[in-house]
Amino acid sequence: MVAIAGLERLLQEHPFFEGFGQPALDLLAGCAANERFEAGQVFQREGDPADKFYLIRHGTVAQEIRVPGRDPLVVETLGEGDILGWSWIVPPYRWTFDCRAIDLVRALSLDAKCLRGKCEEDHSLGYEFYQRVVPVIARRLWAVRMRLIDMYAPGPKAKL
Amino acid sequence: MDTAVSPAQAAVEAPDPMLPRPFKVRRTRRELSDTFTMELAPADGGVFPFLPGQFNMLYVFGVGEVPISICGDPGDPSTLVHTTRSVGKVTEAMALLHGAEDANKRRVRQALAERRAGDTVGVRGPFGSHWPVEAAYGEDVVFVAGGIGLAPLRPAIYRVLSERGKFGNVIVFYGARTPEDILFRKELQSWRSRFDVDVQVTVDRATGRWNGRVGVVTDLIKGGGFDRYHAAAFVCGPEIMMRYTVQTLQDRGLDSDRVYVSMERNMKCAVGFCGHCQFGPTFVCRDGPVYRFDRIEDIFTIWEL
Repeated sequence: MVAIAGLERLLQEHPFFEGFGQPALDLLAGCAANERFEAGQVFQREGDPADKFYLIRHGTVAQEIRVPGRDPLVVETLGEGDILGWSWIVPPYRWTFDCRAIDLVRALSLDAKCLRGKCEEDHSLGYEFYQRVVPVIARRLWAVRMRLIDMYAPGPKAKL
Repeated sequence: MDTAVSPAQAAVEAPDPMLPRPFKVRRTRRELSDTFTMELAPADGGVFPFLPGQFNMLYVFGVGEVPISICGDPGDPSTLVHTTRSVGKVTEAMALLHGAEDANKRRVRQALAERRAGDTVGVRGPFGSHWPVEAAYGEDVVFVAGGIGLAPLRPAIYRVLSERGKFGNVIVFYGARTPEDILFRKELQSWRSRFDVDVQVTVDRATGRWNGRVGVVTDLIKGGGFDRYHAAAFVCGPEIMMRYTVQTLQDRGLDSDRVYVSMERNMKCAVGFCGHCQFGPTFVCRDGPVYRFDRIEDIFTIWEL
C-alpha cells in the first residue's frame, strides 16, 4: 500500500519552510492542499482572484504575459523549491501573470484567504511568513533589473 | 648534457610576437545572427598549440588587428577556431560613439566575417594566461558562461571532458539573451546528453515557444551541485554578469581563490608593451585575460579601471 505523505510533512520538506516551527506548520497545514498540473496547463490567469499561494515541489512553471497579436512573453520560470505568487498579499489580490505548467508540476497550494486570516490572528506567524516572502520578492525584482540591463548585448570592449 | 637555454638564446630563437603568422581560412559558419566561427589552419602546414583561455590577435591585412579568444579544442592543435561577433551598419555607427578605436575594431571584425575559405589572415599568439584546468584535478568544476562568453570557456570544457575521470562533478551554467542567442546549441545538447555532465541553460527573455528556463544565470548557481570546499569555478561573460556570478558563488561558500574570471580590455600589442589594456597594476594581455579572482578582487568593482 502506498503511504500518502501528510501535508505537514510536505510543507516541512519545502525549502521555503526550512526552520519553520512545527506548531506554525501544523496551523498552516489547515490551509494547504496538494495540487498537480499537466504540461501546458494554464492554472492561473492574469486578473483572476489571487486566492492561492503555491509552493512548487516538482516541475517548472512559466509566468507569462499575453500581448495581443504576439506570442505570450515568459517573464520568468520557477521550479522545484520556489514559491509562486505574492499577489495574495497585495490588494486587490489579483494575479498579475498567467501561470503555465511547462511540464508536469506538483505543488502545494495554500488558500490565500485562510493564510491571510492566520497571519492576521497570529502576528508572529505573519511576521515569520513575511520575513520569508520579502527576500524572494527582492531577489526577483533584482533579477528583473539585471535582465533589463540587457547585459549580453554587444559591448564596446571585446576580445570575444 | 646540459640542454638549458639561456634567456638571451630564447629571445633570439622565439618567434617575433609582433610578426603575424599567415593562416588559411579553412571554413566559416554563422552561429547566430551576429556571431560567426572561423576555422583556420597554418599556411605552413604546422600546428598551433595553445592553452584554454588564451587569445590571438587576428590580422586582416590592410584593415587591422583584433584580439579574439581561441575557442577550439586544445587537443587538436592543427585547427585554430575563433568565434566572434560580426557587425552591421547600425552597430558600427553605435561603435563610433565609443570612439574611433572601437569603430576600427568593429571594422576589422566585419572584415573577418567577410573572409572566405582559402583567404589568408595573420595570426599573432597565443597570448595571455589560461584557465588552470589542471589545478582543479580531483575537484568539482563549475563553468559559468554568459552570452558569447561561452566561446572562451569552451576549450576548458573540452579539456575537462577529455580528462573527465580526473574531476568530480562537472557543471555548465549558461545564460543567454534569448533562445535564439544560445551559442553552440548543438554542443550544449550533446554535453547534456552525457551522463557525467550537468548542463543548465537559462535565457533573459523568451516567448511561450521556449520551454526552458527564463531568468538570470545566477539563479542556476543557487541550485548548487558542487562541493564548496572542493570546487573550482571558471566564469566568463560580460563584466556585470561576472560580478554577480562571483557574488553568488561566494554566497554558496566558494572562496575567491577558487574562482577564475576572464577579463576584457582593449588589447593592442598583446605583449604588455603598449599599456592599452592596463587593469590596475596589471596588463590584461600579459597577466590576464584569466585571473584568479582573489588577485583582482580589490579592483574588480572600480569601474574607472
